[in-house]
Amino acid sequence: MLACRSTIDAGAEDVHPANLLAGRRMDIERIFREESGRILATLIGLLGSFDLAEEAMQEAFAAALEQWPERGIPANPRAWLISTAQHKGIDSLRRSASFDSKREELQRIAEAEQQLADADESMRRIGSEDPFGDERLRLIFTCCHPALALEAQVALTLRTLCGLSTDDIARGFLVPLPTMAQRLVRAKQKIRDAHIPYQVPPEQELAERVDAVLLVVYLVFNEGYSATSGETAIRHELCSEAIRLGRILSALLPRQTEARALLALMLLHDSRRKARVSDGGEPILLEDQNRKLWNQEQIREGLELVESALRNGPAGPYGLQAAIAALHARAEVAAETDWRQIAALYQLLLRIQRTPVVELNHAAAVAMAEGPAAGLKLLEVLDSRAELRDYYLLPAARADLLRRLERWAEAADSYRRAVTLAGNDAARSFLSRRVAEMESKG
Amino acid sequence: MQYLLLIYDNEASWNKLTEADQAAMYKEYGEFTESIVKSGHHKAGHQLQPIATATTVRVRDKKRVVTDGPFAETKEQLGGFYMIEAKDLDDAIAVAARIPSARFGSIEVRPIVARM
Repeated sequence: MLACRSTIDAGAEDVHPANLLAGRRMDIERIFREESGRILATLIGLLGSFDLAEEAMQEAFAAALEQWPERGIPANPRAWLISTAQHKGIDSLRRSASFDSKREELQRIAEAEQQLADADESMRRIGSEDPFGDERLRLIFTCCHPALALEAQVALTLRTLCGLSTDDIARGFLVPLPTMAQRLVRAKQKIRDAHIPYQVPPEQELAERVDAVLLVVYLVFNEGYSATSGETAIRHELCSEAIRLGRILSALLPRQTEARALLALMLLHDSRRKARVSDGGEPILLEDQNRKLWNQEQIREGLELVESALRNGPAGPYGLQAAIAALHARAEVAAETDWRQIAALYQLLLRIQRTPVVELNHAAAVAMAEGPAAGLKLLEVLDSRAELRDYYLLPAARADLLRRLERWAEAADSYRRAVTLAGNDAARSFLSRRVAEMESKG
Repeated sequence: MQYLLLIYDNEASWNKLTEADQAAMYKEYGEFTESIVKSGHHKAGHQLQPIATATTVRVRDKKRVVTDGPFAETKEQLGGFYMIEAKDLDDAIAVAARIPSARFGSIEVRPIVARM
């Protein structure tokens, strides 16, 4: 299913009938891909079961593949798919209910049939408009329920809301396929057996639960963005899916400014995609990137979103990080970066999120604003902490500052330490090259 | 949908409480129980005797093996339970969060298998 994203619609003129059919097939697959999250969300709401909804959706897709190429794509494909899937789902509910004829089941069928009748009726009345509301928000909160393990939340969100295949998710997270499949099955079982509700949490729990959802989205993004190992296509896919989820969240939760800030943050980071890795797959430092390759469209949108998020509420962790990303995005050349303000923002971020990465970035920003010696001093404090002993970015950052201070031998030592700790090949080869540079100077 | 709320906390720290503090705790539990009876959640609930009174029974090769103490030594011990009727997991979690021991120990929320 991944491939259909990149296909280009066939032109309408002078097309051979066979090409027309092929083009239509691509259109159909694109529709499936784009709509599956919304359709599945609606079906889960209507049918009350993840598995039943998935099965019904697949049956509706199969019916569409059979009918649409001949008869043409309906005016409202999503509504067509939902109502077809719903009929199929009700049939299958009825079949299983006749075995155990549980009252609860029968009740559910009656409700589903009523909803279907209502939807059919309103579809007739309003024509092509969408008779099914947007159910994705409820589904997001179910998938990101804190009663599920974080890794299961991530997998379930990608599977159901983004429609990624289990195989794609497994490859994206470098996990064997059976492990990922089992993770998904267990999560769905827990939703069913523990009765994890399918609802947007009440106002008093909303902020806390939104945080959990944003974390999942950001994890998906980072998995695609930060690691340089694994297949690039899948990793890009994870980034765009995270951005897509970010758009849904910020549209459906307009009062949650952190949702908007997260979307801004992801767009601003993603805007550097083309500039941050060399042709050989090695990471390129921010200061060395060719800023002409930055995606100006994404930057413009990101900047607007940051401003609106910061205007409308106190800055949370995503707001601060987005503000920092915005300062980088505004600098046309690296030398114009407002490091003083960035260091100040990191200082604020440290108050709400004292993590090693933030501390490291703060030290790096201070080094840029006040000179490498000031940054080095902050790093020494970090260095003494046991939990950071195996964190390769720490010796890498220290080496970088030593290099700026032209203390070549010490810099080489730190780069060497970073090489032994680095987790991926690209980082290792970049650091090894720096070791060689230092050795040639010292 | 029924859930069993298993209350785990540290017996040693309970024993260290003054009598007045223990009484306050019992009072709080009493009020909590009353509130979930009123809201219709309550099905059953009891405090358990300390872990020192526990006996573990196994049957192996048709022979009974009876031993002193709980199955496993842990930092927190099962000290009581409630059985509740709740709308869904969120409802059950909301009840669990109001159990006084949730502030010091932990509450395990387990859905009960519906009768076939």
